[in-house]
Amino acid sequence: MTGTLTLSRGAARTERLDRRQDERHLILVRLVATVTLLLGTLYIAWRWLFSLNPDALWIAVPLVLAETYSLIDVTFFAITVWRVRRRPRPPAPPRDWTVDVFIATYNEPIDLVLRTAEAAKRIHYPHRTWVLDDGNRPELREAIEREGIGYLTRGAAWDGHQRHAKAGNLNNAILATEGEFILVLDADQVPDARILDHTLGYFLDDSVAFVQTPQTFGNVGSRDPLGSDAPLFYGPIQQGKDAWNAAFFCGSNAVLRREALMQLAIARYVKDVERSVAHALRRASRVLEQARRTDDGKDPVLSAALSALDDAIGETRRSLQDGEPIALATFELQRRVEGISRDLVAIQLHAAALDLADLAGETGIAADLDFTAAVDQLSSGESSPLAAFTAVQALIRSLDVDLGSEAQPLMPLATISVTEDMATAMRLHSAGWRSVYHHENLAVGLAPEDLGTMLRQRLRWAQGTVQVMLRENPHLQRSMTFAQRLMYAATGWSYLSGFATVVYFAAPIAYLCFGVLPATADPIQFLVHFLPFLAASRLLFLVGSRGIPTRRGRQYSVALFPVWIRATVTAAANVFFARPLDFVVTPKTRQRTGNALRLVWPQAVMAVLLAVSVPIGVARVTLGVAEPIPVLVNVVWVAVDLAALGVLVSALRYRGYGKEAE
Amino acid sequence: MESDITHRGDGVAVLALRGKLNMVTAPVVRETITALVGDGHSRVVVDLAEVPFLDSSGLGALIAGLKSARQAGGDLRIAAPSEQTRLVLRLTNMERVLTPYDTAEEAFARA
Repeated sequence: MTGTLTLSRGAARTERLDRRQDERHLILVRLVATVTLLLGTLYIAWRWLFSLNPDALWIAVPLVLAETYSLIDVTFFAITVWRVRRRPRPPAPPRDWTVDVFIATYNEPIDLVLRTAEAAKRIHYPHRTWVLDDGNRPELREAIEREGIGYLTRGAAWDGHQRHAKAGNLNNAILATEGEFILVLDADQVPDARILDHTLGYFLDDSVAFVQTPQTFGNVGSRDPLGSDAPLFYGPIQQGKDAWNAAFFCGSNAVLRREALMQLAIARYVKDVERSVAHALRRASRVLEQARRTDDGKDPVLSAALSALDDAIGETRRSLQDGEPIALATFELQRRVEGISRDLVAIQLHAAALDLADLAGETGIAADLDFTAAVDQLSSGESSPLAAFTAVQALIRSLDVDLGSEAQPLMPLATISVTEDMATAMRLHSAGWRSVYHHENLAVGLAPEDLGTMLRQRLRWAQGTVQVMLRENPHLQRSMTFAQRLMYAATGWSYLSGFATVVYFAAPIAYLCFGVLPATADPIQFLVHFLPFLAASRLLFLVGSRGIPTRRGRQYSVALFPVWIRATVTAAANVFFARPLDFVVTPKTRQRTGNALRLVWPQAVMAVLLAVSVPIGVARVTLGVAEPIPVLVNVVWVAVDLAALGVLVSALRYRGYGKEAE
Repeated sequence: MESDITHRGDGVAVLALRGKLNMVTAPVVRETITALVGDGHSRVVVDLAEVPFLDSSGLGALIAGLKSARQAGGDLRIAAPSEQTRLVLRLTNMERVLTPYDTAEEAFARA
C-alpha cells in the first residue's frame, strides 16, 4: 500500500513537472507562431501587391497562389499546436465495465491474424475478443475458435447489399455484440496487455466517445525509407487537435463507446428514413402529374384510380408535414394503394396491365432498380397512364422505414467514405461528444514494405479524406465548434498540396530554361522578403514538433505530389459524378511488383526536367543572356526540390525490413 | 430480461418485455422478434410497460425488428413506454418513425 502511494506520489510529481514544462513550451510556440504568421502575411502581401510579373502571369499567378496555399497551411499548423499539451494520466477504470475487442481482417495471412488475436486475448482488463473475418475463411475460423476466441462474419442479410468494406464489417459486429466499450484493432496491430487499463479511465467522463492511441510499426528501421512512421501526426498534431477537442479517430488502436456509436446510428437512421420517404413520395407525385397530362380519358376507371392515388399520396405528404409518424403514415398509404390497385385490377383485367406490371417489377421492397427503370422509361416518353399507375404502385410498395437498400438499417460507423474513421469522428464531434488522444504506444503493427503497397495506402487515405470534405464539408457542420471545423479543414487542406508542389517545380524550370521570372523584384529584394518568413516557419515546425524527426514526412509530402493530385481528382469525380475510386485494401505483406519505377514515373520525369534545367541555366549565364544571381537562387531551389524527390530513390531500392541493400 | 408472448385473436403477437432493454439484452430481443416474424407472426406489438430503461442499443433492436416485420409484409409497433423510454424516443427523434401507443390493444386498432 505504501509502495503504491509513493509511486503515485512520484507519478503526480512527474506530471506536475510535465505540466510546468508544457506551459513554458506553449509560450515559445505561441511566440514563434505569431512572428511566423506576421512575416508570412507581409511576404504574401508583398508578393500579391508589388512583385507579380505582369509579362508572365501564366506562371506568376500560379506561383503566388501556391505560396498563399503554403501560408494557409502554416497557419493551420500554428493553430493546431497553439494549445498542444500532454494529457495527465486518466484515473483507473472500474473493474466491471464490459469490453469487446474487435480484430478486423479481410485477406491478411492467418498466422498474422492469429498472432494479433492471441495478444488481444492476453489483454489484462476483462474483455471478449472477436475476429471479424470479412474474407469468410473456414481455416481462419477453425484456428480462431480453437483458441476460444469469438469469430464473426457477415450473415446472409448482407447478400446482394452494399458491403461498405471495413465500416460494414465493424457495423455488422457492433450489432452482434454487447460490450459497453469496443477496442478496434487492424489485423496487424498487436496490442499491449495494458491497452485497456490505460485508456478506459477516460470514459469516466460520460461525454467521451472515443480514445485514440498512436499507430507504430515493428518493421520500420530508423531510416524509414517508406516514411511509414508518423511521429508528427501521432504526437504534436494529434495532441494539438486533442486540445481543441478534435482528436482524430484513425480506425485502429482506439477504444469507442458503444452508446455514442449507437446514438449516431439512430439519428442517422431517422434522417435517412425521412429523406428517402420524402424523396419517393415526391417522385410518385411527379409521375402521376405527368400521367395526368397524357391521360386521354378513354379509360374512366383508370383515370379514377390515378386520381385516387394522387389523393392518397397528397394526404400522406401533408400528414407527414404535420408530424405524423413515418411508420404509420407509410403503412397506411401502402394499404390504401393496395386497395386501389385491387379495385382496378378487378375491374379491368386486360393483358396490357400484366405486361406493364412486368416492366415496373413485382418484386416489391428490393425493387429499387426496377422502379427506377420504370420511372425512367416513363420520363423518356413511352409513358401511358397505366404504366404510371404501375410505377407509382412499385414506388409506394418500396417506400419503407427499413432502408431496404442497406443490409442493416443501423450503420454506427459512417459509410460515406473509404476512411470511415474520419467521417465517424466528425459526426461524433458534431453530435457534441468529446474525444481523447492518449499519447502512449499501446500496439505495434506492420507497415507496408514495398513502394507499391505504400502508395496505394496513401492514395486511399487521401481519397477518403477528400471524400469526407466534399460530402460533409466541416464548415457546414454547424454544431461543431469553430476550432473543430478548423482542425478538420486543416487535414483536408494538407491534401491539396500536390497542386502547389507542381508549381514549385515548374517555376525554377521556367526561369532556368526560358528566363521567365514570376516576380519582378530583383533577387536580393526577394530574399529579404522571403528568407525571414522561411526561417520563422522552419523554426515553428522545429519548436512545434518538439525535436521529433519530421524530415521524412516533409520529403514525402512533396515527393508524393502525383498521389495527392490523383486522390483529389478521383475523390471529386466520385462525390460529384459517382465514379468509382478503384478502391483497394492495403496488403500487409510485401507485394511482388514488376518495374517499380512505373509507380513513380511522374516524379522521375519531373526529376529529369529539374536536373536538365540546371546546366541550361548555367549555359545561359555563360552566354550572357541570364544574370548569375537569379540563376544561383533558382539552382538552390532546384536542389531543394531534388532532395525531396530523392527520398524515392531509397524507397525504390528498399527490399523490406531487415533486407537493406546496403 | 424476461419476455412473454401472447397471440391475440386478430393475429397480432404481443411481446411483453420485463427489465432493462439495453446493450446487454438488445441482441436477445432482436432474435426473439426475428424468430416471431419467421414463424409467420409479422404483426408485432412490443409492450414496454415493464421496461424501466431503454438505450440506443435497445432502440436498435426495435428498428431491426421493424425491418424484419415490414419485410414480411407486417409491422412492428410499440406500446406503453415509461417516462424514461418516452424521453429517449423524443431525444433521438425516433418518435418520427416509431410512435408509442398508450396500450398494446390500441396499437393495431386502426389497421
